[in-house]
Amino acid sequence: MTTATSARKRTTYMLNMGPQHPAMHGVIRLQLELEGERIVAVDTEIGYLHRAFEKHAESETWNNVVPWTDRLNYVSPLINNVGYALAVESLAGIEVPERGQYIRVIASEISRITDHLTCVGASAMELGSFTVFLYLIKAREWLYQLVDNLTGARVTTAFTRVGGVKGDLPPGFEEKVLAVFKDIRAAIAESDTLLTKNRIFMDRMEGTGVISKEDAVAYGITGPFLRSTGVPYDVRRAHPYLVYDRFDFEIPVGTVGDNYDRYLCRLAEIEQSMRIVEQAFKQIPAGKHSLEPHEIKYAYELEDMGKHGDTKLIEKYAAKVDQTLDGMGREAFGDIKAADRAVTLPAKEQTYTNIEGLMNHFELVMWSWGIKIPAGEGYSAVEGGNGELGFHLVSDGGDGPFRARCRPPCLYIMAALPKLLVGSMIADVVPTFGSVNMIAGELDR
Amino acid sequence: MSAASMRGEVRSVPAAGARAALEGLKAEGYGMLVDMTCVDYLPMGKTPRFDVIYRVAKFDLEGGHDKGRVELHCAVGVEPVLRSAADLWPIADWLEREIWDMYGVGFTDRPDIKRLLMYEEFVGHALRKDYPIAKRQPLIGPKSGDKSGSPSFNIVKPTVTGE
Repeated sequence: MTTATSARKRTTYMLNMGPQHPAMHGVIRLQLELEGERIVAVDTEIGYLHRAFEKHAESETWNNVVPWTDRLNYVSPLINNVGYALAVESLAGIEVPERGQYIRVIASEISRITDHLTCVGASAMELGSFTVFLYLIKAREWLYQLVDNLTGARVTTAFTRVGGVKGDLPPGFEEKVLAVFKDIRAAIAESDTLLTKNRIFMDRMEGTGVISKEDAVAYGITGPFLRSTGVPYDVRRAHPYLVYDRFDFEIPVGTVGDNYDRYLCRLAEIEQSMRIVEQAFKQIPAGKHSLEPHEIKYAYELEDMGKHGDTKLIEKYAAKVDQTLDGMGREAFGDIKAADRAVTLPAKEQTYTNIEGLMNHFELVMWSWGIKIPAGEGYSAVEGGNGELGFHLVSDGGDGPFRARCRPPCLYIMAALPKLLVGSMIADVVPTFGSVNMIAGELDR
Repeated sequence: MSAASMRGEVRSVPAAGARAALEGLKAEGYGMLVDMTCVDYLPMGKTPRFDVIYRVAKFDLEGGHDKGRVELHCAVGVEPVLRSAADLWPIADWLEREIWDMYGVGFTDRPDIKRLLMYEEFVGHALRKDYPIAKRQPLIGPKSGDKSGSPSFNIVKPTVTGE
């Protein structure tokens, strides 16, 4: 009898959401204090996916950190690759040739589309529209195939190098991208028809997870989340890096800063990203990305020529390399990589056929011999899928970072989660959390 | 170049004047704490060994332009000497927790500080330069609910490898 009375007196109770919960994409724990179905307090516990990115980076060489950056925001890995490479280059004052910069832009924008498609698709699924999820994930898969074509991997891309990118665009890439964009526009239009005016969807999204401009800025929130409140801040426009100042694109903004605005912002940004890629293909300086069969020789044939002293003959041919090394030969070299022998690997023909090229290659890949970045500190940021993705790098003049700090954009949104949730119903956790687009790899590093 | 404008103006203040400098920046309109981090200069022989770095930005809310950034370095040791900035920018709460977690640099005038990314039982501060990368941590089991002093607290179960 006494227990029943005390139970009746209790007005609030605790509920754990996560670390393993179907509506939490990624492992995170929310401890909710509830009064009925209304949320009184939220305690967020993060760190379940901590992989010591920053500690590892300190023990690696400059280029070896690039694969680690794939795992930060694993939905848009190419943007992380580009962001890290830009930070190192700004520290060392390395300039990437124009074609390389355009390739980075194209890669980043394709990644941004995959990021937004995942976010919109997953949050739609959590609200019950599984069809939209399938449409958008199918569209994402087409883009992943393009990324696979470009980098050799769907997600673990490791595409950039300090001073350039791994390889040139594969043959016929532009046509493939433009064909996929047509399909993506159709998929977006379909999802738009299914969701945007859908009464159930709007009821769940409109007026939930509202944050004001001032609060968003105070919490350091950037990206689509900040833009949904009406602040048109975009790193691509505010601090144009690479060649972003040459494109004509709009920055979609919302008005109230609720979940529905964020959904609309992301849909509009997908279209803008596609526009940027299309313009980039029009502007990109020509490069030679495919060779005629009579121009190619196997590496061992080139080596034999070198042994026989036929050095004049070697120069006529390009090396036939493994598929994974496509686009790294002499034909593309000058267009995509900085012409600095202390930074970028020599073209494969050089490595295979002469001792200078071989030594150059070895010295760059050997521990404590590799790229030396002058001592100093620097910060550089790019517009990631979730906002400003910054890298603060410290170099002591060695061949690896002394300190590599990643500014993960979604940490800031997660910190503001109590602000978004307190006072709303427990059902609002799902759409709000979906629109935060929390990526645990980036949040926990 | 964009990188220079991203970094903004680099300033350095002694830890005692940090709070006044931050308040000044906030009053000047630097509304966003873009980042807050720490660097351990132990191998370089700097004293005090840490630099806590505040990165603040001034925004034009209507146009979305970045009207300037400041990178503020404060040299600190292990003792908590910096006052918390959580009342100026609420995000500083989590960033201070991360710095405490990774470097063991504390902050005063804030309620409680607990680790952000690591678990409470973690020993040491992982990003310090004298923390070896291959260091092992004591295994922790599920909490028995006993007090931390009691012999049954977090009993380490024997594993196949005997660790």
